[in-house]
Amino acid sequence: MNLRRDVFQAIADPTRRAILLLVATQSMTAGAIASNFDTARPTVSKHLQILTECELLEQTQNGREIYYHINANKMKEVADFIEPFRQMWDDRFNKIETIMKKYKSK
Amino acid sequence: MERKTKINAETGKQELVITREFDLPLDLLFRAYIDPEIIEQWMGTKVLKFDCKKHGSYQLETTDPKGNKHGFNGVIHEFVPEKKISRTFEMENTPFGIQLEIYEFEPLTDETSKLTMHVIYESVEQRDQVLKLPFAQGINMAHNRIEEVVRQLK
Repeated sequence: MNLRRDVFQAIADPTRRAILLLVATQSMTAGAIASNFDTARPTVSKHLQILTECELLEQTQNGREIYYHINANKMKEVADFIEPFRQMWDDRFNKIETIMKKYKSK
Repeated sequence: MERKTKINAETGKQELVITREFDLPLDLLFRAYIDPEIIEQWMGTKVLKFDCKKHGSYQLETTDPKGNKHGFNGVIHEFVPEKKISRTFEMENTPFGIQLEIYEFEPLTDETSKLTMHVIYESVEQRDQVLKLPFAQGINMAHNRIEEVVRQLK
């Protein structure tokens, strides 16, 4: 696996985001996914490979077909990445509140 | 838990909006942003210059635990008391560029108020880098913690 490939890079691409939306509700084969895009099939395959490498997608073998489905845990990790940033601001604002309450009583 | 601070950062945009409701009357909230002594308290930084008026500028400096100094500065473009401040903000010697910050202050009740911070970055990439900064630091801290634990095991 290419370690330089991170999940944020993966979801920065609009086609890859569209793929994630597609498979969010059902498992799909590469062919079924590709049929939703005008892009060439190998391009879609490359996107699927990247999403699989960074574990946003998982593969399941069903007979001769490989189905792609979403890795909910990894997706949650991505959704939470903004939380430390929010927490930092929340702490800062809480500090303002505490400090200014002292001025209030004066 | 109630989330008082909200962040709205749409994917693919070079801006974000931070909103927060304060358990403070409007005048006190506004004062926290314009009184250098108070800014030093909540930002944990030294205020070198703070000329809070249209075309005025400010300079801040923090010292990290290792003793390294970090500078911040910006120019104030719009200043409407208890209502609005538009200014630039720059973290010196970082690749984050210069951001435009629009602060809007509004009263909710006599005792509560709301701040809306609209921040615009030079590019989507820069915004995402800034967003990821505390996340990355969190991971680094976790790594350091793991290193510590491992060292103790030796």
